[in-house]
Amino acid sequence: MLSLICLIISGGHPRGFLANKAYVFGEDVGFGGVFRCTTGLVDRFGKRRVFNTPLCEQGIVGFGIGLAAMGNRAIAEIQFADYIFPAFDQIVNEAAKFRYRSGNQFNCGGLTIRAPYGAVGHGGHYHSQSPEAFFCHVPGIKVVIPRSPRQAKGLLLSCIRDPNPVVFFEPKWLYRLAVEEVPEHDYMLPLSEAEVIREGSDITLVGWGAQLSIMEQASFEAEKDGISCELIDLRTLIPWDKEIVEASVKKTGRLLITHEAPVTAGFGAEISASIVERCFLRIEYPCNGPQCDITRNIFHLSTMHAQTTRNSNR
Amino acid sequence: MQQSMDFPGGRVALTSKMKFIFESSEQRIPCYRVLDDDGYPISSSGFEQVSREIAVKMYSGMVTLRNMDTIFYEAQRQGRISFYVTSFGEEAIGVASAAALSPDDIVLPQYREPGVLLWRGFTLQEFAHQCFGNKADYGKGRQMPIHYGSNKHNYFTISSPIATQLPQAVGVAYSLKMDKKDACVVTYMGDGSTSEGDFHASLNFAAVMEAPVVFICRNNGWAISTPVSEQFRSDGVVVKGQAYGIRSIRIDGNDALAVYTAIRVAREMAISEQRPILVEALTYRVGHHSTSDDSTKYRPIEEIEHWKTAQNPLARFRKWVQRNGWWSDEDESELHENVRKQLLHAIQVAEKTEKPQLSDMFTDVYDQVPSNLSEQERLLRETIKKHPQDYPSDVPI
Repeated sequence: MLSLICLIISGGHPRGFLANKAYVFGEDVGFGGVFRCTTGLVDRFGKRRVFNTPLCEQGIVGFGIGLAAMGNRAIAEIQFADYIFPAFDQIVNEAAKFRYRSGNQFNCGGLTIRAPYGAVGHGGHYHSQSPEAFFCHVPGIKVVIPRSPRQAKGLLLSCIRDPNPVVFFEPKWLYRLAVEEVPEHDYMLPLSEAEVIREGSDITLVGWGAQLSIMEQASFEAEKDGISCELIDLRTLIPWDKEIVEASVKKTGRLLITHEAPVTAGFGAEISASIVERCFLRIEYPCNGPQCDITRNIFHLSTMHAQTTRNSNR
Repeated sequence: MQQSMDFPGGRVALTSKMKFIFESSEQRIPCYRVLDDDGYPISSSGFEQVSREIAVKMYSGMVTLRNMDTIFYEAQRQGRISFYVTSFGEEAIGVASAAALSPDDIVLPQYREPGVLLWRGFTLQEFAHQCFGNKADYGKGRQMPIHYGSNKHNYFTISSPIATQLPQAVGVAYSLKMDKKDACVVTYMGDGSTSEGDFHASLNFAAVMEAPVVFICRNNGWAISTPVSEQFRSDGVVVKGQAYGIRSIRIDGNDALAVYTAIRVAREMAISEQRPILVEALTYRVGHHSTSDDSTKYRPIEEIEHWKTAQNPLARFRKWVQRNGWWSDEDESELHENVRKQLLHAIQVAEKTEKPQLSDMFTDVYDQVPSNLSEQERLLRETIKKHPQDYPSDVPI
């Protein structure tokens, strides 16, 4: 049994992978990182492959773009998603447009930016944000969020090997709570493919990251009332798998999307709009945007109450 | 009392004298120069002897660049291209620094260094294709004019945001370092760039990572309309290097031989000692910032004239080249005539070359076109079919 932390380690460095022009770097990455995600990496691959950077997010991402542009796998860590904003320009104006603006003469596809994100029961507004929607507005990057340790390993390996820059948000909640058997071998899970993790006929539930376990709980509860929920993990937010959600909603006629991020202009609105467009005649009930009060309460509550609220609402 | 003490970061002497470090030194950092105003070498400058071939190529490059700027600027004024940026007054920096490099050195430019590309063999036709944004433009017509890029010339594609290339240059340099290449990275910026966070990030990263990168700042006095006095209070840019632990030099950017000599040495140090170097080249932006700017609105015409004539980098270098017997008045007029002919031809060809096709709008966003973009392309094509009069007729569908 491996925690998400351990799997990120094995996901980051299956044997032979780092030897092939890969670099892992970021604030405090050398000693293992504040979430211990890179523990032991320096010992295995040396300080020139796995290293601390100065405390400067725009520097980390800019540096990573340059490294990736030379054909390397640059695996950059931003310590918390809450601190990714100084790097926003490098991600939005540089990484995302690097290939396009050069007419495919140059690319930084080897860049993967990892960042812990989301609510963890404490941390307030500088250690718990879910900023994924900011990045989903940007053509040229991919945004990927895993729901579990096993998913995280397979998706992260796909992100690292994908020839496009990827922002990979790791739900912090899973670092501590999720326990799952993770295969030791090298495996990849497809990007831009959502997964139906529970089939149902009455309503489609769509989410990503740590929301999936909450939605799963909710579908168990609903089942007691005779409501059959189809549960979909979006996994990749851009470019996202409209087809699988569309097919599900055409079947169920109802859609509920939840996310931890703020509701207004959240990514749930994007899904909702797209699905209404595609399934207008099939929808029996107006599409719910992200209406999950459970998580919104957690998002806005003080650190003391967040965990209890989450638990009591489950 | 203890004489010194170990702190994290090293041993520091202790003192009972409370003394603030002054914000500036008594004398400004001097500027390295090889040729005096009349183009005579200053004997103590220890400049690198330049062969006739290199010297003539450098001078021809500067003249070609000036002609290119003049004609493309006119083409913009005639409405044939949408935008242009000239290098007037700064020709020596791009051309002479490029001459001092190896073609394997990787360049991350800002936008006022076409002299580097010209030196490396990017043709006038290639420049013209980019400015006209036609299908022969390597950037597939996606960027504004002057955003050149050429993989085969180790010249990264220009992006408009200021200073973003600088931390990337450190990453590229780190890659060269790890691959043990006999090459360095050279990245360019203006004085305005040094106020951006990316400038500070990159210098700090470069020093800490011991990256072989040469930062060349063209301090031309103006960031659009903002003079350097409103940009920073330090003694220019050169002094910022030391704060980051970077070896630095200030040079006369209008002296082609000073630029050439200093960059040769900077490159050598960057590679053999695996360290970054900061070069501040003092110069003056004789032209407007771009074709969207009229600099006479914010600076005196006399000032522009002074730099255009008395401090002209071409005139100074020509004196030296000509005095060596390597150049004549006939060579000069022949070159001008040739270059102008080539440019007019290049513009005609570029203008007649087809625009990039519609599908180029959707490719290269990712390595492959994802389904959402294919869907958008399909919708766009349907709309064009319904309303062809609302779309440009010169773009092949």
